[in-house]
Amino acid sequence: MAFLISFTPFQPTFGLAFWSLLIFLLFWGLMAKYAFRPIAEALKKREHDIQSSMDEAKLARQEMSNLKAENDKLAAVAREERTALLNEAKQQRDKMIADAKDQAKAEASKIMQTAQTEIEAQKIAAKQSLKAEVGTMALDIAEQVIRKDLKNDSAQVDLVNSLVSNIKLN
Amino acid sequence: MTLPNVRYLTAFLIIIALVITSLNLDGQHSRTKDLESATKHELNHDHDGHDHSHDGHDHSGHHHGDSHKGHGNQHDAHAGHNHGHNVADQHGLCAHHDTEYDPTGTAIHHISDGNIYSILEAIRIPLPTFLYAPDSGWEFFMSSKFKAGHHEDGHMSHNGYVMHHGSAYRVVDPGFPMEGNHLHACFTHKTSLDEKGKEKVTNYVVYKGKEYQLDARSTFDGGLLGGGITSFYDFSISKNVLSMILVALLLFFLFRKAAKAYQRNPNAAPSGIQNLLETVFMFIRDEVAIPFIGEKKYMKFLPFLMSLFFFILGLNLWGQVPFLGSTNVTGNLTFTMILAVIVFIVVNINGNKDYWKHIFWMPGVPVFVKPVLAAVEGLGLLIKPLTLMLRLAGNISAGHIAILSFIGLIFIFGDIFGGLSGNIAGTAMSIPLTMFMMALEIIVAFVQAFVFTILTASYIGAATEEHHH
Repeated sequence: MAFLISFTPFQPTFGLAFWSLLIFLLFWGLMAKYAFRPIAEALKKREHDIQSSMDEAKLARQEMSNLKAENDKLAAVAREERTALLNEAKQQRDKMIADAKDQAKAEASKIMQTAQTEIEAQKIAAKQSLKAEVGTMALDIAEQVIRKDLKNDSAQVDLVNSLVSNIKLN
Repeated sequence: MTLPNVRYLTAFLIIIALVITSLNLDGQHSRTKDLESATKHELNHDHDGHDHSHDGHDHSGHHHGDSHKGHGNQHDAHAGHNHGHNVADQHGLCAHHDTEYDPTGTAIHHISDGNIYSILEAIRIPLPTFLYAPDSGWEFFMSSKFKAGHHEDGHMSHNGYVMHHGSAYRVVDPGFPMEGNHLHACFTHKTSLDEKGKEKVTNYVVYKGKEYQLDARSTFDGGLLGGGITSFYDFSISKNVLSMILVALLLFFLFRKAAKAYQRNPNAAPSGIQNLLETVFMFIRDEVAIPFIGEKKYMKFLPFLMSLFFFILGLNLWGQVPFLGSTNVTGNLTFTMILAVIVFIVVNINGNKDYWKHIFWMPGVPVFVKPVLAAVEGLGLLIKPLTLMLRLAGNISAGHIAILSFIGLIFIFGDIFGGLSGNIAGTAMSIPLTMFMMALEIIVAFVQAFVFTILTASYIGAATEEHHH
């Protein structure tokens, strides 16, 4: 039991106190400068970087979704516009076709009319020239008849008949 | 841990226990063997010792005026060299040694600081020994000069110093040769009552059949713990100091490696040692520093808290490594006292106006209560570091003693049942208990480092807190 009285680990000695103080202070100073501060700052920086990249990612995602919504909206508008354009085109086409038909009809009827008028005019002209021809022929015949001096009646009748048979309309 | 590992570990521990046993059995006879070998050594160094002794007396021995003692020494030294080798124990003072195992003594011996770093009984690493005696000046030498043997008891004096239980003692009785190296016999102790009725143990070295009183190194407990100012001071790189240096270097190396990894690639995921350290580092930062000191000020104190935590943890674990000397630095009151003093200084020089106001003139209480609270708080100022100091030293020393006691079962059983069979029975009991205790001590190593740090953080937090009334 003698050792309990001089319990050496609990006896404060100058030498160990001196070395403990010196070593701990050196340890503290060197570790603070070369290890703990750099590590603490690196950790802080890394945490900050991670946080900011996460924030950035969130922001980017937000932007993306915004962009997408806008795109969708634009697409919808474009689709609507396209439909409208198509409808309009269709209407225009139909109208154009109808117009063309109408015009064609009108033109056709106009042409027909012109043709009719022409035909009528031609007819009239033909009739007139026929009348003139017939008159001339009648005069010819009459001339020839007159020139034969009416030698016999029968002969004259024959002549007239032959002349008349020569007159062929058309 | 998987089952095969447990088997290997158990086998390993049994082998180790048997080795310890055999060493112990050896030890019972080794005292005489050591003495013989030391005697041979002395013969080899006879001339050196002789010359040295002469030089010392001629040039430095008498400067302090104790000439009577000096002359006596000279005669003794001559006598010792001429015919003293085998007559160190003429009167049989060393004969009464009991070979019975002394568990208390062994435990205290193993957790004490020392001037030699022993690994089992096999390897004894000498340490630089710096001794200062006001009446004879400084001594710088390696502790191998003491020729320590079994139980770290030296066989050779060096300039009036001897090694007993691994520690340097100074011979104070006149007549002992204070210069050079001299072979001596065993150590004896006497228990007496001092003037206050306290038991006091005095150690003696037996030299040439006579007992010479030894002075233990000076301690500044004023006799409270059995020490006091004596004739010399020990500033050696002791076992504890060496352990501190090694642990500090190891930690510095590891953290430097981690710090470089952060510098090299700041945003890479940590790996290896960096990852391990970062986990603990961030735990201390997030669970200790920031909650107690606050987001704003913690960076100022973080290096201090980290230094405390990792230094204490490193030393706790270093002391737990089997067969590495089982150094007991954090279980040493001197070491924890220094830490406590540093904590006290750091806390109080950072104390703000509110802190001091809360101690000496507590706001919000009736005036007649204020002085009472001031007394209590004032005492608290000192009690806080005092508890830090005692808690850490007590816990770690207790852990070491528990493990040593369980290992001691091997020898206690050996003594009770006699010889190897008792040792084996003791080993069978000792291994599970020791394994359990070691596992517990690893937890304690972390817990005590953590507790010390968290309490320090809370004291700093209290000292720097901004109060809003």
